[in-house]
Parts: sequence; structure tokens; C-alpha cells
Amino acid sequence: MPKTDSLQGSLDLLVLKILSRRPRLHGYAIMTAIKDWSGDVLRAEEGSLYPALHRMEEAGWIRAEWITKDTGRRARMYELTAAGKKQLDVEESRWQAVTSAVNRVLRTA
Amino acid sequence: MSLWSRIVNVGRGGRLSREIDEEAQSHIAEAVEHGRDSSEASRSFGSALRYREESRDVRLVAWLDSLRADAIFGWRQLLKRKAISAAAILSLALAIGACTGAFRLIDALLLRPLPVSDPRHFYALSRRGIGFDGKLASFDGWAYPDFQLMRSAAKDQAELIAVSYAQRMDLTYKSEAEMKKAEVQYVSGWMFGTFGLRPALGRLLGENDDLKPGAHPYAVLSHDYWTRRFAQNPKAVGRTFQMGGRLYEIVGVGPVPFTGTETGTVTDIFVPAMMHPGAIHDDWTWHRTLARLKPGVAIEPLRARLDATSRAFERERAKGFTGMSKESIDKFLDQTVVLEPAAAGASDLQTDYRRSLVALGVLVALVLLIACANVANLMTAQAASRAREMVLRVSIGAGRWRLVQLVLVESAILAVLASAIGAAFAWWSAPFVVGMINPPDNPARLALPADWRVLGFGLALTLGVMLLFGLTPALRASAVKPASALKGGEDPHTRRRMMHALIAAQVAFCFLVLFVAGLFAATFDRLSHRPTGFSAEGLLLVHAVVEHDEPPVFWDQVAEHLRTVPGVDRVALAGWPLLDGNAWNAFVSVNGAPPGPVLAYFLSVSPGWVDTMKIPFVDGRDFRPNETSPGVAIVNETFAKQFFNGVDPIGQSFAKSGELPSKVVGVVRDTPYRDVHEQILPAVYVPISRADAHGILEPLRGATFIVRGSSANPMALASILRREVPRARPEFRVSNIRTQAELARVQTLRERLLAMLGIFFAGVALLLAAVGLYGVLDYSVLQRRREIGIRLAIGAPARNIARLVTVEVFTMVAVGALAGVALGMASVRYLEALLYQVKPGDPVMLALPSLTILAAALLAAVPAVFHAVRIDPVAMLRAE
Repeated sequence: MPKTDSLQGSLDLLVLKILSRRPRLHGYAIMTAIKDWSGDVLRAEEGSLYPALHRMEEAGWIRAEWITKDTGRRARMYELTAAGKKQLDVEESRWQAVTSAVNRVLRTA
Repeated sequence: MSLWSRIVNVGRGGRLSREIDEEAQSHIAEAVEHGRDSSEASRSFGSALRYREESRDVRLVAWLDSLRADAIFGWRQLLKRKAISAAAILSLALAIGACTGAFRLIDALLLRPLPVSDPRHFYALSRRGIGFDGKLASFDGWAYPDFQLMRSAAKDQAELIAVSYAQRMDLTYKSEAEMKKAEVQYVSGWMFGTFGLRPALGRLLGENDDLKPGAHPYAVLSHDYWTRRFAQNPKAVGRTFQMGGRLYEIVGVGPVPFTGTETGTVTDIFVPAMMHPGAIHDDWTWHRTLARLKPGVAIEPLRARLDATSRAFERERAKGFTGMSKESIDKFLDQTVVLEPAAAGASDLQTDYRRSLVALGVLVALVLLIACANVANLMTAQAASRAREMVLRVSIGAGRWRLVQLVLVESAILAVLASAIGAAFAWWSAPFVVGMINPPDNPARLALPADWRVLGFGLALTLGVMLLFGLTPALRASAVKPASALKGGEDPHTRRRMMHALIAAQVAFCFLVLFVAGLFAATFDRLSHRPTGFSAEGLLLVHAVVEHDEPPVFWDQVAEHLRTVPGVDRVALAGWPLLDGNAWNAFVSVNGAPPGPVLAYFLSVSPGWVDTMKIPFVDGRDFRPNETSPGVAIVNETFAKQFFNGVDPIGQSFAKSGELPSKVVGVVRDTPYRDVHEQILPAVYVPISRADAHGILEPLRGATFIVRGSSANPMALASILRREVPRARPEFRVSNIRTQAELARVQTLRERLLAMLGIFFAGVALLLAAVGLYGVLDYSVLQRRREIGIRLAIGAPARNIARLVTVEVFTMVAVGALAGVALGMASVRYLEALLYQVKPGDPVMLALPSLTILAAALLAAVPAVFHAVRIDPVAMLRAE
């Protein structure tokens, strides 16, 4: 159970962060990146990842583009937009604020 | 941007779904490439359908998408039953179009504010009192000296403006010999400033153009006239024209939208009020008075002040009255000034047609309600046959609102299509109706713009109609309970009860429409068949004018010349024709007694006039050529009865006040004098040759030659007479030519209009109600076919079956008809002013619509009954 959707609202932040480091990834690569970079702790479900990607695309934080791969199959590549960079800063500082607040609570207790 | 892309995505839902699916496929392929098991990969993806739905909802406007799906579904539903849908749409379109058309007329004539600044602050002044005929009457004409007093009395609270009744006047431009007609309004110079109007060219009139009687011969053209007459040539300013013996100079052109204050007439030329010959007379009432209240002024104190001023003026004037009894004078003086809102202008067309238009508006609204009831019944029947579909939808999780939307969207498609067709109908119908209230020589011109007011009304109507016929069936359809539907349907009676209530309402409205249409038709019939006492056939009325007054002998010469024209039987001269609306009245004293309270009506005529009009003599003789007025008179029977109490009138004498007495030499049959609607007035015909106190004959400025042609179509003579009149004497000009028949027709225009439109809409209402009845009967037979089959199988006779299917509906028809009678009796009080010699309580007027509806209902029931008794019990029961 710990591996399932343990992202708790941080999915957007992770996707934005990953795309800011590695531009132009498709959905599977983003999912793999979350898994690998978190040392196999975090895992994004396909069922939540794609709706989240589409939502962020509609919000204008990321943009998508179809490319044709060498194998002849099409894939949808995502990259960060300027608005997305700003959003990343916002989400990152909010995350910092939340985690430090939670830590403080844990310490006091 | 994002919302927009989501709206755009609604239009390409298919592509969107494909893209979402393809991305999922590519994801799974990628996973397989990385060594994962393909079935495990797609399983971890979860339900493809749910995933697609979720992603779609993110990327497009979900409600819009479902609306689009419902619209497509609804459209297919409508296409499935083309004939019924087309009938529903057409009947709604006709009704919506008629309503919108009626609104356009009512708006243009009664509601639309004048294109002036702050139209809401404008009021029209009129006086209300008991007229000489003993009835409450309102009169909006004022004498200019009275107006001047009132203006200075009200100076602090309001600005008063004099605007004459628009007159069709003859005018001649300097460079052209021919006379032209133009609508002229004499207006206060300060009117333009008070209205906040700016000239399109040159200047407008001002306070300084309206100071001294006859001293300001300047004219302002309306933009409309400038365009029609001068093709917007700027050189029009500075040109001069001759009108009423004076030379006027055109000084400017008014702004585009302003067409005068008389709604229904487009004024061509404005001239200062001081130029009116009546400006110095305290007994000529020739203009309306408009008041523009200053901000914050209360109406009542202002009204009281104006009332006091006007009463004082009239009291002063009444001191000079002779030949009137004391009671008549007191009655005359007891008139109250009233202020009525005039934001939409003030005109006779408004007074004449207000009630008619409102009545027509109500009729078409009723037709619309009938059409709505039809469609509602149709939708309810549809919903019944779609109950299974609805149950299925509910079972797989459709929300209640989603079902309401599904049915409402279908209604909306109907309503929108009907409105589109209706708009085209309204576009055509409103000008058509205005065209019908146009007397040929004096066309009513009503601006009928199709702007946001009309558009807004149309949209509101469409929405209202949609909710009216769509909401109940939609709510009903959405309330299906799967369990009860699976048990064989909910209680079928609730649905039928609603349909029956609608039938009753339809019949009630239909009865009202038929009843009112019947009253209108009977009124028109009585009026157009009212005996006139003269023969209008072949009578041509040639109104001639001269620049300077000419003695009667010259007029006789012209008449003599016209008698030689081929095709002319007889020619006589009269001050004006009968029934053209003109009147000249006075109190008379009989045999030297003091004047009575009854007015007599005068008309000056030449010898031979009675014969030319073919009015039969009851007694006595015609005038002789040398007889003049006062001195001799011919009276009608009503006059003889009124003033001589059964004594033989021949040889009796009577006198207008201050005049020598006249001796009655002849008595003629009664004819209507001024108006076909009026009762017969006591009329006096006097010689057109008038002698003053010294026996010198007075010259004439204008009169009408009454020409009886020998052919059936007297208008064929018109162009010849127009040429022959100046040939007889060059200073004579023909001002206009009409036929006597046309005058009577013009006076019954309103009744003709009401009768025609009333009958048309009665036909539509009847047709719609019958179709609705047929539909409901047919539906109930369909619904009860099992029961009927069983009854037939156990031997019920056909008439029992017929009674079974019709009895409920016919009860509803009876209830509806009774309600209709009540509505009709209630509406009569409002309609009475529009009727002529028609008693609304007349059993015939009530029986006719009842029988018509009954006949239509029987006709509508035949197919359903036929259907019911032809049900084959074996086939019926086997099918179940």
C-alpha cells in the first residue's frame, strides 16, 4: 500500500520539477522519472497522471506536442511553459512551507 | 484562452477522444518496450472508458459537450417524426410571428419613446368634460391665446410646446407650377431646443422665429422629406415655396430620427406656430399642447395651475357667447385639464388603434397559448412512449437534471426553429397591417425598426414558449421510477389528466378568440351595410382651391364647364363631402325662441346637390339658383323631428345666433353626416352662396365639386377633371380627387382590419385546437387499446366504445367552452368601444362560436373513434 498513490497533492509539483530538469518527456517517462528519482518510494498511477497532465496543459503550465518516434509510433511529449516555471516556484515554496510546518508540529510533539 | 480552447474542443470531441486513446496506447507500448507484461500494463491503466471520460472533462466544457450530444439526439428525435414536428414548428411559428408582429406594432405606436432628450418628462395636455352629446369626452385641441396664457403661468415648472395636428397641405415650389402635398406641422419655435435636437443641415427654428403672428416665414424640413423630395441636396436650404398664400424659406433640415410628434405620421415640413392663421383667434382649436416638466416637478400642482388658467380663459371667452343656453355654457366651461404621458408622442392613430392593437395582441397571445398547449400535449405523448428509454437512462445512472436537459433541449430546438420562421413572418406581417390602416390619400407611416427591443421581445418569447410547453413534460419524464416502469408503467391517468386540462384551456381560449372575432366581423358587417341614404356609386369628389377667394359665380362657371365633360352626369358644389370627417355645428333657435341644448350640423351646398347625391326628398323642394344663405334651408328628418315636434317643417323658420332666420323649404331623408359610426345628426343644408348683412355674396377659398359619373368606375374621370378645372378658370386648381365610396371605406378601415385579422386568427385557433383534440383522443385510444380490445372481445357494441373514448374529452370541451363564455363576457367591457350595434350578450354571438367548436371537436373525434372500434381484439391480445 505505501507505493500506491502516496503523492497527496504533490503530483503537480513533481511533474513540474521533472519537466524543468528534463524538457520534452512523454507520460511514461515522467512516470518512470517519479519512480526512479524518488528511489522507488513514490509512484504515480496512470489513472491520475494523465488527467493531471491534461489539466496542467489546459491551465497553460505545460504544453504538449505529438512526435513520431523511430519505431513509427506517435508519442505525446510535454514541456514546461513560462507560466509553468512560475507555477513551479509557487508550488515549491508552498511545499517548503507545509513540510517545515509539519516538521515543527512533529518536533513539538 | 483556456476556456476558449475548451469550448472549441466541444466541436471536435471525436478527435479529442482519439488523441486520448492514442496517448494511452503509446504509454502501454512504451511499458511493454521496457519489459513489462502487456496485459499487466493495460490493467494498471484501469478502465479505458473512465480514463477517457476524465481526461475529456478536463479538456473541454463538460456541460456544453453534453448539451451538444443532447442537441444531436433531440434533432434525430424530431427528424424521426417529420410530419408531427413540422406541424408543431409551423403552428408555433405562426403564433410566435403573429405575437412578435403585434408587439412591433404596439411598440412602434404606443411604447417607443420619441427620439428626443428625456422623453419621459413629456406630457400631453387635454381637457375632459361632458360633451354636447351628454357623453364623457376628451379633447386635446387648444386655442393659441389660451396656450400662451398657460405657458407663462407654468413657466417655472414646465416648458409648454404647441404642435399643430399634422396637415396635408398643398404647396408650390417657386420653380415649379404644380402643387405638391406635404405633411405640415406648425410648431413652437422653441420645440427643437426643448427636444434637444440638432440640425442635420442649416439651422432649426428657435424662440425668435415664433414671436409675432405671421412674421416668420421660415420652414425646417424633416430629414425623411429632404431625402425623398431633394435627394439630400444641400441646396434645398434657401429655397422657397408657396403655401396657404405665403412664401416660406427653407432654413434647415432636422436630424434623421425625428419625424414629428404625431406617431403614425411622418411630418415633412415644420413651420412656426405663429404662422398659423389661427394663432390670433381665441376660438380656433388647432394644436396640441405638450409639456416638458422640469426635473422634480410634481404633476398635480402644475395640472391645477394649468386648469385654473384655462378655465379663466374660457370663462372670459364665454362672456361673448350668444345663442347658447345657460346650461350649455356651464357644461362647456366645466372641463378639467389633464396631463397624460406623451413619451411616445401624441396622435389620433394612437387613440384610434390603442384598444384595437391591444385586443389583437391578446388574440394572438391566445393563439400562441393554444399552440403551446398542443406542443405540450405532443411532448407528453412522446415522453410516454419514451418511458422505457428514460428508465434505461436512469438505471445506468443518468441524473434527474440530465433527463430534464435532454427533453428541454428538444423543446428548445422546436422553439428556436419556430422563432426563426416566426421572425420572417413578423418581418412581413407588421408592415402589412400598417398598410391596411392606410387610407389611400393619407397613408399612415409608422417607423417599424427591428432593433434590440423587438429582438429582446422575440428572445424572451422564445424562451417563455419553450418553458411553457417543454418544462412540464421534461419534469415528468425525469421523474420516472425504474421500479414502477418495469411493473408496466406508472398510473396512466395522471398523464391523461394533464392533457385533458390542457384541452379544456385550449377550448376556452379558442372560444374567446372565436367570440371576439365574431363580434368584430358582425361590427364590420353592420357598419358596411349601414344604409347611407344617398348613392355613393359613381360619385367623384373633386376638391378645388383658389389662390385668392373667388365669388360664387366663378365656382358656378367651373361647375357648368364640368357638366359638359363627356361621362359626367351631374355636378354640384358643396363645402365638403358628407362623411369626410368635417363638421360645422351651431345652436339654433326655432321661431324666435331661445336656443335649445341640441347642436345642429350645417353643410353648405349648391342647388342640385340633393339630386346629385340621390337623397330622396320627403317634402318640399330644392334651392333655386338665386337663393342665398341665410334665408332658406333644407333639413333632414331628424332635424325636423328634433326641432319641430311633429309640426310640418315646411315654411317654419329657425336661426343661428346673430343671423337672420332661414325658412325650411325642403325636408330630405336622413344620411350620416360626419362619420358612419355616429347616430344620425340633425342636419341643415344651406345655399353655398352666402350673403353678408348688406346682401353682398361672400367669396369662396375652397369647395368640393360633387361629380356623378355615368360609368361604374368614376376614378376613370379623375385625370380629365384635373385638367378641365383649370381650363374652365385658370385660377382654379384641383387639390385632390376622391370617391365617395372611398370615404366610407376609410372610416371602416379599423373595423375591416379587426374583422379580417380576427377571422384569420379564429381560423388558426380553431384548426390548432382541433388538431390538439385529435392528437389527445388518438393518444388515449392508443393507451387504452388493451382495455378496448378486451371490451370488444367480450362483446361491447361500437357505440359504447365510442362513448368510452370520447366522453372524458368532450366533458373537457364543455368545461372549456363554459370557461370561454365567462372569459368572453369579462372581456366585453374592454371591447365595447370597438363594436358597432353588436350586443355581446346576444345569444347568437355566443351560440356561433360554441357550435363551431362543437363541430370541430366532433370532426376531430371521428378518426380516433374509428380507430378504436377497428381494434382487432385477437391481434391486440396476442401482441401483449
